[in-house]
Amino acid sequence: MAVYEVKPAKVPPLGERGAIAWVRHRLLSSPFNILFTILGIAVLAMIIPPFVKWAILDANFVGHTKADCTGDGACWVFIHEKLKMFIYGFYPEAELWRAKLTIALAILTLIALKFTRLRWIKIGMIVLLPIAAIILLHGGVFGLPLVETSKWGGLLLTLVISTVGIVLSFPIGVLLALGRQSRLPIIKTLSVFYIELIRGVPLITVLFMASVILPLFFPEGINFDKLVRALIGITFFEAAYIAENIRGGLQAIPKGQYEAADALGLGYWQKMRLVILPQAIKVAIPNLVGSFISLFKDTSLVMIIGLFDLLAMVQLTANDRDWLGMETEGYVFVAFVFWIFTFGMSFYSKRLEKQLDTNNRD
Amino acid sequence: MKRLLKLSAIAALAVTTLSMAGTLDDVKKAGVLKCGVNTGLPGFSEADSKGAWRGLDVDYCRALAAAVLGDASKVKYTPLNAKERFTALQSGEIDVLSRNTTNTETRDTTLGINFAGVMYYDGQGFMVPKSLGIKSAKELDGATVCIQAGTTTELNLADYFRSNKMKFKAITFDTNDQVDKAFLAGRCDILTTDQSGLYAARTKFKNPEKFVILPEIISKEPLAPAVRQGDDQWFNIAKWTRNALLTAEEKGITSANVDEMKKSNDPETKRLLGVEGTMGKNLGLDADAFYRAIKQVGNYGEIFERNVGANTPLKISRGLNALWNKGGMQYSPPFR
Repeated sequence: MAVYEVKPAKVPPLGERGAIAWVRHRLLSSPFNILFTILGIAVLAMIIPPFVKWAILDANFVGHTKADCTGDGACWVFIHEKLKMFIYGFYPEAELWRAKLTIALAILTLIALKFTRLRWIKIGMIVLLPIAAIILLHGGVFGLPLVETSKWGGLLLTLVISTVGIVLSFPIGVLLALGRQSRLPIIKTLSVFYIELIRGVPLITVLFMASVILPLFFPEGINFDKLVRALIGITFFEAAYIAENIRGGLQAIPKGQYEAADALGLGYWQKMRLVILPQAIKVAIPNLVGSFISLFKDTSLVMIIGLFDLLAMVQLTANDRDWLGMETEGYVFVAFVFWIFTFGMSFYSKRLEKQLDTNNRD
Repeated sequence: MKRLLKLSAIAALAVTTLSMAGTLDDVKKAGVLKCGVNTGLPGFSEADSKGAWRGLDVDYCRALAAAVLGDASKVKYTPLNAKERFTALQSGEIDVLSRNTTNTETRDTTLGINFAGVMYYDGQGFMVPKSLGIKSAKELDGATVCIQAGTTTELNLADYFRSNKMKFKAITFDTNDQVDKAFLAGRCDILTTDQSGLYAARTKFKNPEKFVILPEIISKEPLAPAVRQGDDQWFNIAKWTRNALLTAEEKGITSANVDEMKKSNDPETKRLLGVEGTMGKNLGLDADAFYRAIKQVGNYGEIFERNVGANTPLKISRGLNALWNKGGMQYSPPFR
C-alpha cells in the first residue's frame, strides 16, 4: 500500500502575506486607493510634526507662572497650575476631600457593577450612588458644611450633570416609549406630543428657558437652584431622545414575542418587564449610547446659563490676567479629557453588545 | 370657605410684603451679598488659580459688602452672561449687577433697573503697530481695519470715519480671537474694539511693546453697576458706596492710612469715615460703613491700579478714569 505523505501547504508568495500583503491590499489595491493613501500620508505629515513640536518638543512643563513659559511651544504649566479649577471648579479647598471621595465612589461602583450578578443589587447601586453623591457634594446634613451648587464646577460638574441626566432620563424615556406604543389614546397623544415638542426644540433653548424665562414667573425673592433648573431641563430633554431610541428597539421585536407573552398569561407590566423590554433595550444599546455620548458633550452648553463646566472653566481661567493667551492649551486639554470619556463610553457599549449578543438574528 | 379665602388673602399679603421688603434687610438677613459678575473678563471679573474672584467689578461688590455687612468676603458671586444678566437682577437672583454693563437710556428706562454711577469709562479705541508712526486716530485715512462682525463696534467705526471725512477698508471676522490673529499677521493696519479689550488683547501678543493704543475714544461706554428699580434705599447705598471710593481717593485716604485719617481735621474726611455726622445712618448703615469699605478694599485709585493699572499685565492708564481734578471724569458729589 502506497503511503501518501501529506505535503505541508506552501507558504503564500511573499507579496501575499505579512506586512507587505496588508499594505498592498489595504493601502494600494486600486489607483483610487493609492491616491487616498498618498493624500492621507501628506495630511498626517502636515499635522503631526508641527503638533509634536508644539505639544512636546518646544513645550514648557515646569514652573508656576506664565513667565516660566519661555519656549515657543505649548505652556502646559497653565494646565498644571489650574488643574484644581478644571476638575473641581470653585469647590472650597477644605471640603475637597468630599469631591474626591465622590469620584472614588463612582469609580468603585462602576467596578462593583461589573462583578455583581444580582440585578436588584445592581439597580440598588445605581440608585444609591447619585443620592450618596448629592449628600456628599452638597452637604448641609450629617454635620457636613453646605457647599452651594454655584461652587461646583469643572469636570466635577460635567460628570454630575451627565450622570444625573443619564440616570434620570432613562426611566422617563422608557415610560414615554411605552406610552407612545400604548393603545390608550390619551396616554399615546400625550407621549407623542411631549416627544415631538421636545425634539423640535434645541437643548440650548430648553436651558435658556429654564434659566432666564422661568424665574420671571416666580415672585421676586423666590429662586430655586440654577443647577437644579439645568438638571431638570436636561433630564426632560434627554428623555425624549431616549424614548425614541427605545421605540426603535420595541419596533424591532417580532410580534410573536408579544403574542407568546400574552399566551403565557402575563399582564402588561410583566410582559414588558420580562419579555419585551430586555430584548428591546438590547437592540437599542448602540443608539442609547450614542445619545448618552452626545448628552455628555452637550453638558458644556450649561455655560450659557453661567454654570462652569470643564469647557467654561477653561475659558474663565484663560481670562485670568496673569494667564492671558492660554486658550489653545486649555482647549487641547479639554478635547483630550472629553475624548477619554466619550471613547470610554463607546468602548464599554461595544463590550456590552458583545456580552449580551445571543445571536438570535434570523 | 370664608376662612379659606381669608387665609389665602393673608398668604398673598405675606408674599407681597416679602417681595416688597428692602434689599438691605434681605442682604443683612442672608448675611451675604449676591453679586452678578462677568463669566470672565481680564481685569474686571476673573478667577485666580485658587478660584477666588478678583477684578474691578468684583472689588465694587466687595466694597459694597464691607459697607453693608462689615466683611468684604461675604459676597456670593453669580457669573452671568450678557443675555441673562438683567433677568437675574429683576428676579432677585442677585442684589447688585456689577458686570461691565454700559449705562444706556433704553436699559435705564425699560428694564426696571437703576445704574449706580460709573465705575469705568470705557469706549471704542484703536491699536496700531508702533512702526506705522501714527500718533492720533485722525491720521488713519485709508487704513485697513480688523473688526468683529455684527457688533456695535462696526457701526461706531463707520460713523467716526464718515464724520471725519476719512476712508477705511474693513476686514470682518467672526470671533475676537480671529481678529487678533489677523491683526498680528499684518492683514490690517488697525485693530478696534473697546479700549479695555484692546489692552487685554495686547497682553496676549508676543511683543506687546511693538503696539500702541491711540488716545482717541470714539464711543461712550460708561460701565456702571446696577440695582433693581423701586428700592431707593438700596439704590442710594449702591450709589454712595461708589462715591465713597472716589472721595477716598480724592482725599488721599487709602486702605493703609485710613486709621490715621480718622484723626484728620478735614470735615469731609471725618464725615466720610463716620467720625462725624450721620452719613452712614442716612443710608440705614453703620456709621463706619465706608471706613470698612476703604479699609478692606481700598479707594478707587487702589482698586484701579490693583486690577487694571500700570503694574498689571493690562497696563491701562487712568485716562478718563482719573479723578476730575486730575484731568479725568471720575467725580463724586460731596459728602456733606
